[in-house]
Amino acid sequence: MSTELTGLTIGEALDGLAKKSFSSKELTEASLAAMDKHRDLNAFIVETPEKARAMAAEADARRAKGEAKGLLDGIPLAIKDLFCTDGVQTTAGSHILEGFKPPYESTVTANLWKAGAVMLGKVNMDEFAMGSSNLSSYYGGVGNPWKRRGDNRRLVPGGSSGGSAAAVAARMAFGATATDTGGSIRQPAAFTGTVGIKPTYGRCSRWGIVAFASSLDQAGPMARSVKDCALMLGAMAGYDAKDSTSVDLPVPDYAKALTGDIRGMRIGIPKEYRLDGMAPEIEKLWAKGADWLKAAGAEIKEISLPHTKYALPTYYIIAPAEASSNLARYDGVRFGLRVPGESLDDMYERTRAEGFGKEVRRRILIGTYVLSAGYYDAYYVKAQRLRALIARDFETAYKEVDAILTPSTPTAAFAEGENTDDPVQMYLNDVFTVTVNLAGLPGISVPAGLDARGLPLGLQLIGRAFDEESLFKVAGVIESSAGFKAKPEGF
Amino acid sequence: MSLDTKTVAHIATLARIRVPAEDLPGLAQELNGIMTWIEQLNEVDTTGIEPMAGVTHRNLPQRQDAVTDGGYPDKILLNAPDAAHGFFTVPKVVE
Repeated sequence: MSTELTGLTIGEALDGLAKKSFSSKELTEASLAAMDKHRDLNAFIVETPEKARAMAAEADARRAKGEAKGLLDGIPLAIKDLFCTDGVQTTAGSHILEGFKPPYESTVTANLWKAGAVMLGKVNMDEFAMGSSNLSSYYGGVGNPWKRRGDNRRLVPGGSSGGSAAAVAARMAFGATATDTGGSIRQPAAFTGTVGIKPTYGRCSRWGIVAFASSLDQAGPMARSVKDCALMLGAMAGYDAKDSTSVDLPVPDYAKALTGDIRGMRIGIPKEYRLDGMAPEIEKLWAKGADWLKAAGAEIKEISLPHTKYALPTYYIIAPAEASSNLARYDGVRFGLRVPGESLDDMYERTRAEGFGKEVRRRILIGTYVLSAGYYDAYYVKAQRLRALIARDFETAYKEVDAILTPSTPTAAFAEGENTDDPVQMYLNDVFTVTVNLAGLPGISVPAGLDARGLPLGLQLIGRAFDEESLFKVAGVIESSAGFKAKPEGF
Repeated sequence: MSLDTKTVAHIATLARIRVPAEDLPGLAQELNGIMTWIEQLNEVDTTGIEPMAGVTHRNLPQRQDAVTDGGYPDKILLNAPDAAHGFFTVPKVVE
């Protein structure tokens, strides 16, 4: 029974709860048992079983009185360790925040608890969300529940939301919160056969989310169906006066957008996303995706986003620049790690040397360099100008099309140890996703097929700003056309 | 532009991260690899393009200049590695 429960989508679980086929307590116990069973994946940094049981009991009590309170009442979720959770350790995957227990709750998680969700624990991630493999976490890498056919090597779940992806794919959680600065929701979703949406910048409040690159960071959900992501985003999103970039727009009923009717919609295929040496199966899947949408009545148009190839190098100036200033707060004085020193500067330097991992150090140094006197205009302002051109490419494209279809990633999941020697090689994972963050647009990754070795591949849809509804609608058509039912073996 | 070990040591000081001398050459090589890859941005003529700092195309909201929060020093100091007498502490800065 319990494996059957953990395999339910959020939509199915809510139906079952409403019909009293099972309780939130049963769902929660099933999730906790799955977490116990799959602890070798290292998806969770902190498990909160007591909290989960208490929240489930409250949800059941509400339902017994006929007072179910929100979109997700009684649904067990995993929370990325970038979201501050009141009294529960929040590390951002870093040694420098080990032991940090925020005395406050992030707006997004507070919204989820208001909607009745149950917290299972805090999930692993690349340190400060900087990475595409989860290997930069101080708390160790995370195993992808998927393996290549006939090959027992552990694969990465992607990153930075690797723990979120693994928890959802391994049926430990019904859904998970995640964040996306350059692809950190969509790339792990593609690597684990799950659905993940990065909403428009400003859709979800960033208050209480440990900051990486403030002009790019955005929270979003990961789950096992498009509808589940629609339900979760509906609960997570909304205006928040505590985030000055949060946008005061009503939150639509996203699940209602899943009508399957995309007749007359115009879908763009950007020619610049056809990379030299791209895996033929990814190119084939992309063409298949376009055929599915065409068969459902959409019009397919080739479009051009001419500055695409400059998006990654632009990102690797802007994101490190913002990170270097955001991470200046970790100095061993107010919270987190302190390594004693002979003077104040000595203490800062020792604390930050020990507290930050290699990738984070690399990015802080690049950020410091591009912002330093003499280089600011040559690098930082140059990148900001390129960013304007990249955003303009999309504005031009959206005069002709309503959404854009691309692959989510250039490859399927890779093994630990592959791809990790050269940082630039690792950065290329985000080649299809990073443009969306620079332009502040919404993007969703939907599992659409398996590669020759049995690993999931995703397709990405990019929408207009604040038009998540169209994205959900088109993503729903990809989902039903693909009929993606594959599961990682043993889960 | 190539980053030599001296430049890397200078950036590390600006960033307040201690980097052992023996790590500098390797780090300089890594950072050079990334910066060389970034140089391709110079292919694009960006004359007259307004730099884009963020995607929010509107003025940031304003609020009353008033105290709206506070009054809980214990909570503020809760995570401090070495709080004392209601204050954060640091190594001695004045002789």
